[in-house]
Amino acid sequence: MNTMLSLEKLNPGDNAIINEIKSNGVDHGVLMEMGLISGTSVQLIKFAPLGDPLEIKVRGYHLSIRKSDAKSILVEKQ
Amino acid sequence: MASNCHASTNLDDATACDNNVVLVGNPNSGKTTVFNALTGLRQKVGNYPGVTVEKKTGSMTDNHGRVIKLHDLPGLYSLIPKSLDDKISVDILTGRSPHLKSVKLIVLVADASNLNRSLYLITQITELGAPVVLALNMMDAAESKGTRINTKEMANELGVEVLPVVAKKGQGIAELRSKIIELLAQEKDKQAHTALPVTDAVQQAAQPVGEYIQRVHGLSVQASLAEAYRIISNDNALQGWLSHTNGRKQDATELSSLATDARAQLDAQSVTWQMLETNSRYRLVDHIFQKAVQPNLKQGRSHSEKVDIVLTHRLVGPLIFVAILALIFQSIFLWAEIPTQAIESVMVWLGQQAALILPEGILQDLILDGAIAGVGAVLVFMPQIMFLFFFLSLLEDSGYMARAAFIFDRFMRAAGLSGRSVIPLLSSFACAIPGIMATRTIQSSRDRIITIMIAPFMSCSARLPVYALMIGAFIPPYYVLGIFSLPALTLLSMYMIGILAALGTAVLLKKLTGRQTKESSFVMELPPYRLPSLRWTSLQMWERAKIFVTDAGKIIFAMSIVLWALAYFPRPDNPNEVSGSTAIRQSYAGRLGQAMEPVIRPLGFDWKMGIGLITSFAAREVMVSTMATIYNVEGGNETSVTLREALKRDRDPITGQAVYTPLVALSLMVFFVLACQCMSTVAIVKRETNSWRWPVTMIVYMTVMAYIGSFIVYQGGKILGLG
Repeated sequence: MNTMLSLEKLNPGDNAIINEIKSNGVDHGVLMEMGLISGTSVQLIKFAPLGDPLEIKVRGYHLSIRKSDAKSILVEKQ
Repeated sequence: MASNCHASTNLDDATACDNNVVLVGNPNSGKTTVFNALTGLRQKVGNYPGVTVEKKTGSMTDNHGRVIKLHDLPGLYSLIPKSLDDKISVDILTGRSPHLKSVKLIVLVADASNLNRSLYLITQITELGAPVVLALNMMDAAESKGTRINTKEMANELGVEVLPVVAKKGQGIAELRSKIIELLAQEKDKQAHTALPVTDAVQQAAQPVGEYIQRVHGLSVQASLAEAYRIISNDNALQGWLSHTNGRKQDATELSSLATDARAQLDAQSVTWQMLETNSRYRLVDHIFQKAVQPNLKQGRSHSEKVDIVLTHRLVGPLIFVAILALIFQSIFLWAEIPTQAIESVMVWLGQQAALILPEGILQDLILDGAIAGVGAVLVFMPQIMFLFFFLSLLEDSGYMARAAFIFDRFMRAAGLSGRSVIPLLSSFACAIPGIMATRTIQSSRDRIITIMIAPFMSCSARLPVYALMIGAFIPPYYVLGIFSLPALTLLSMYMIGILAALGTAVLLKKLTGRQTKESSFVMELPPYRLPSLRWTSLQMWERAKIFVTDAGKIIFAMSIVLWALAYFPRPDNPNEVSGSTAIRQSYAGRLGQAMEPVIRPLGFDWKMGIGLITSFAAREVMVSTMATIYNVEGGNETSVTLREALKRDRDPITGQAVYTPLVALSLMVFFVLACQCMSTVAIVKRETNSWRWPVTMIVYMTVMAYIGSFIVYQGGKILGLG
């Protein structure tokens, strides 16, 4: 069993499976509608030059989200 | 169709009798390219009444010559609206919009190379039960990625017609056109094509809400049930329907209690209702995707990912951005200067011709100095706007704009904005007009308004002549610490003051507007890089220039005439014997300037500068030519030694002290940094925000800021003994 961590803790290139989108703080509905559903695989591509936001690949496309949003996405590293 | 039904061919309105077809799709799906391919150039760009959202309508004709109206709806990801643009689309699609009541056919456009996520919106829309045709755009990109799409299987699963299209190359457009015509001729079906896979418990709980929607809003059974799932699983969706009760309060109460009941019922059975629709829908999406699409799993890095290794690189990325920006600035400052000067020469020539034909007198002066100058004031912006939009359109279409926003998002957050505001704000250093027009790429309407409101604080090129005159005449060429020249430092401070005022205003506006809306998350797609098409880029460029001339141009022209009249009337009895200097003093503008003196005295300004402040509302650089007229300097410009000397020599007739001191010059420059001395900015803000509320707020706010700023500089300076 892999440990659970929030998405922004991944390193560029890491693959993970989404476990849960926490509903605290950010509008988690927006993230989920963009395809970040539990069970979906996601890859962290890179961080922006200033360290934030970050770029992920999910469902075959690329998405940029802020670190504050990524904190509410719990993933299981592959 | 009733016999008294008259379809209108006017693109400005859409009646129930028209063949109204809407184009819907995700942003970056190439929806607008499909729209252009279908309509050709028979299209009209306007605004939805009362809002800032752009409305694009076009037309095509069927085989019998009947007009079909196409409406290009703002791109969206889901039927739960996140912005004003989304809401316009969602309301039209669910029959709630006052702008477009009867939609006969929905053309869904999806990026074939990004189908998984696209299917989310696709299935939401097919559930509405309206006739739908799905255009799978960019089939070539999907194929080159190795993705195989079984369009027949997809049509089966979705229950709608599916057509492969490559809109940029015109492939599949003829087929799409005949399909649209064919489907319009058929009877309207009210059958939903897909249904959300939910448990019986969920369906039972949603039933009463669905019946309400069906009864009150007249949607089909299945479409009502689909809305019911959305309402139960998301508060934004519930809010959307609550605001559409046509003022009947009991309806709103009924709907919210129905929703609460349904949620309680699900809670009792320990079913999670939060985001239930989204979770179930992605199960449906994954099922359809698995059946109809064979993705290339062995695919390595895509070409976009390879390009991004460089373009969003930690160090190289920002450098490339600066280089691109430098190129854009070069085009606005230097290259646009050539056509701008040509336009000015044509205007001068026109004036000379008019002077030959028209008799001397008021009419000649009106035509020459009022009308021709007014047309000139509009046209001189054309080259800058066209150059900027040529580049902006390239950046947007290629996918780079999203990367620029990605790189600078953290930076812009300091002002409470997102990375999307970077390009509009930086463009405003050249000129706020195209900068404000560039805010269209900002999705959040609140961020867009804030960016529009702070853009005029960026020191534009029209302020330079004023800075140059004042610095040249009054700031001594000392060197600070042996390297920095005082004039250069002064100029730099003016730019910095503008930037600080902009940042402060952004934070303030965010606070003022932030109470109702919670902090929006910045979730942005990074679309694959694509080769922009030159035809589309030129079309964009041309369209922007046209909008500027027709919409903002009218206001600018009218204001130039008014400003001309203010500086022209009343006429002296013997106009030919009176110098320009005397004439302007006697004019309404002159009298206004003199009447203003007590108000602007605390800023260190006298009535002559007051006149300049009035006339320079036409454009900031007019300040210089007005000063030249008042001081009777022939052909004075900002580098003219005689004008500088005239300013330095001017003495107060009573005290005998110099009217201009370095402190007065500083105060005047600060005023020009902060004040909204530009009628064209006012006109474009009116056009872009679609109301007079924001431009009027802008004038008042910026003038107050300018007054306070100059007051602090002048009075503070005097206290420090700099006067």
